[in-house]
Amino acid sequence: MEQKQGDTYRYGMVIDLDKCTGCGTCMIACAAENNVSVRPDQTDKERTITWMKLYKITNGKEFPNTEVSYFPRPCMHCEEDGRGHHQPSCVSVCVATATKLDHNTGIVSQIYTRCIGCRYCQAACPYGARYFNWWDTYFPKGKGLERYLSPEISPRMRGVVEKCTFCHHRLMRAKTQAYAEVRTDLEEHEYTTACAEACPVQAITFGDLNNPEHKVSQMIKSPYAFRLLERLNTKPKVYYISTKDWVRKLADNYLPGEFKPVTRATG
Amino acid sequence: MDSPLLPEGVKRCSTTTFLLWTLPWLALLAWGGLSAFLCLWKGLNQTNMSNVFAFALWIVFDLAIIALGAGAFFTGFLTYIVGKGELKNVINAAVIIGFICYSGAMGMLGIDIGQPIRGWFIFWHANIHSMLVEVSFCITCYLMVLGIEFIPLILKNRQLDKIRELHIFGHSLHEIMAVFAATGTFLSFFHQGSLGGMFGVLYARPFAAREGFYIWPWTFFLFILSAIAAGPCFTILCTKLAEKISRKKLVPDNAIQLLAKISAWLLSIYMVLKIADTLGWIYGVVPRAGLKFIDFYREGPYGIWLVVCEILIFGIIPAIILLVPKARQHQGWLITACLLNCTGIVLNRFVFIIVTLAIPVMPFDRFWSYLPTWQEWGIAMAVIGYGFLLFSAAYRYLPVFPQERELNPVTE
Repeated sequence: MEQKQGDTYRYGMVIDLDKCTGCGTCMIACAAENNVSVRPDQTDKERTITWMKLYKITNGKEFPNTEVSYFPRPCMHCEEDGRGHHQPSCVSVCVATATKLDHNTGIVSQIYTRCIGCRYCQAACPYGARYFNWWDTYFPKGKGLERYLSPEISPRMRGVVEKCTFCHHRLMRAKTQAYAEVRTDLEEHEYTTACAEACPVQAITFGDLNNPEHKVSQMIKSPYAFRLLERLNTKPKVYYISTKDWVRKLADNYLPGEFKPVTRATG
Repeated sequence: MDSPLLPEGVKRCSTTTFLLWTLPWLALLAWGGLSAFLCLWKGLNQTNMSNVFAFALWIVFDLAIIALGAGAFFTGFLTYIVGKGELKNVINAAVIIGFICYSGAMGMLGIDIGQPIRGWFIFWHANIHSMLVEVSFCITCYLMVLGIEFIPLILKNRQLDKIRELHIFGHSLHEIMAVFAATGTFLSFFHQGSLGGMFGVLYARPFAAREGFYIWPWTFFLFILSAIAAGPCFTILCTKLAEKISRKKLVPDNAIQLLAKISAWLLSIYMVLKIADTLGWIYGVVPRAGLKFIDFYREGPYGIWLVVCEILIFGIIPAIILLVPKARQHQGWLITACLLNCTGIVLNRFVFIIVTLAIPVMPFDRFWSYLPTWQEWGIAMAVIGYGFLLFSAAYRYLPVFPQERELNPVTE
C-alpha cells in the first residue's frame, strides 16, 4: 500500500533473534554509514560509541544445556517516558531541546550542535542507547577509513551525545528522490536502515508500523514478538522475535509466576 | 600589614600566620585549576565518567553542597520572614556558606558539561519539561540573590564603610533584605525540589523513579525537606569549626540551639516521609517493574547497608539526638548529630546518582564500577579550598559574626 506524505508514519524495526548469528555486520554497517568516530584503542567499552550494540546472552545453564542468543540493540525510538507522557525519557529531560521525537515519523532525533553535553539523557535512557563523545572525532588517516566518510552525516564534535537515528538521512534521501520524481509517496523498500540492509541473514526488518502492508506491522503480531523492558512502558518501536522462552524472559524483569510462556501454535 | 582592613575591636592573627593558613587551600585551588584546564583542553576523557556513569563525582558533590548550602536560604527565611531575631548572629555566616556552595557548584557544572561554551543554550533553548532547566534557572537566579545578600556585608569592611555612598548603598540593601530573603526562599524551594525531581522522573529507571503529586515526584519534596533539615546543621558545623580554629566564641548558644531544634523537627518529619516513600517505592514502583526490593542491592558494594545507613544511622539517630534538649545542648553530641545529619544527606545524593546509574536496567546487562580520577578529585577539592579561602578572608576582613566583639572583649 502506498502512503501519502503528511500521513503519520511510525517507523520501526523488528529483529528476529532466532535468525541473528551475532556476526556484527549490523554494527559495522551502522558505524560506517553514520560516520561513527573510533578510537585507536577500542577496548574501553564504557566509552566507545556503538549506536547498534550487540549483546550476547545465555540461558545460564551448564553444558550441554547451554544456549546462546545475540541481542542487537539500536536506539529504541521510544514513544513515551514510562509515565504516559508522549515523549521518550531522553526527550523530556533534555535541557536544551537538543533531542526530539518527530510525531510524523516516530524518529527520535539528536541535534548535535545544540547538545550541551550534560548527559542527563544518558541517565534517563534505560537501554544505554546514548553515547557521549569523550574524545575529539577521530578517523585514522592512511588506513582508508576517511574515504568511507559519508557527506550526508555531520561528524559529531567532542562533548555531545549521539545515538542511532534510524538512518534518518536515508529518509531524507528517499523523500528527495520522490520529490524529484513528482511523487508524494514512499514505497516500503525506499527507506530502510543500514543495519537492516547489511544483515546477511535478514534478521532485521525495517518499515512503517502504521502501515498494515509493511512487513514490520505484520511481524509484530507474532505471539513471539516482544519489546525490550516492555514493563517500563516506554513504548519502544524496536520489536524482537524469539521462539525461545528464556530469551523473551530475559528481555524484561518478572516476579515469580509472572512470565507466561507462549503456547506453541500447532499445524 | 593589613590591620587597616580588619574589623574594629576584634582580634585577628598576624598577616604571616594568615598567609600560611591559606597555603594548603591555595594548593587545593592549584590542583583544581590544573584539573579544570586539562578537562577543558583535552575533554572529559580526563575523568573516569563513562556512558554508564554519565553523572559521577562532580554531580554528587554539586548536589551535596547545594543541599548543605540550604542553610543560607532557610536561615534567611527564618530571620527575615519568620522574624527569629537571634539568628541575625549567624545569618552572615550562613549567607557566605551558601554563596560558597552555590558558586562552587556552578563552577563545577561549567566543567562538567561537554560543551561549556553552549551553557547558555539551557536558557535560550529551554525545554520547560526538563527538571534540569528548572534547576538551572533557579540556581542561577539564586546565586545572584546570594551575591546581593553578600554585598552589604562586604561593604561593612572598615575601609569600604568609610565611603559614604557605599555605606548608604549597603545600608539601603540591608533594609530591603527581607525581599531578597523571600526571593531566595522561593528560588531555593524550587531548585532543591527540582534537583530531587531530576531523579524521581527517571521513570525508566525503577531504582530512582517515584510516584508523586501532579508533575512532581515525591523526591521533589523530599529533597527540599532533607536540604532544610541538613542545611542548618552544616551552618552549625561551619561556625563551630570557625570557633575551634579562631579559639573564640563567635555565635551565642541560643542561635545555635534554635537552629539545632528546627533541624531536629525537620529531620524527624523528613525521616517519617522518607520511610513512607521507601515503603511506597518497595510496594509500588518496584513490583510494577517486575523486581523485588532486594534485587537492587545485590551487585557490587551497594548492599542493603545503604538503606540502613541512610535511614537509621544518618537519619533517625541524629534526629533523636537533636530532638532531646539535653543532648543537643551537649557540644559533643550536637556536633556528632550535625555530622551524621550532613553525612546522611551526602549519602542520599550519592545513592540517587551513583547507585541509580550503577544498577543495570536491562536484565542481561552487566554491572560497572566507577572510581574518580585525580582530575575529578582535583576539581572537587578545589571547591573545598575555595570555600576555606573565601570564608577565612570574609572572617578576617568583615564583621561576619555581629556578637564577636561582645563575646570576646579585647583587653589591651
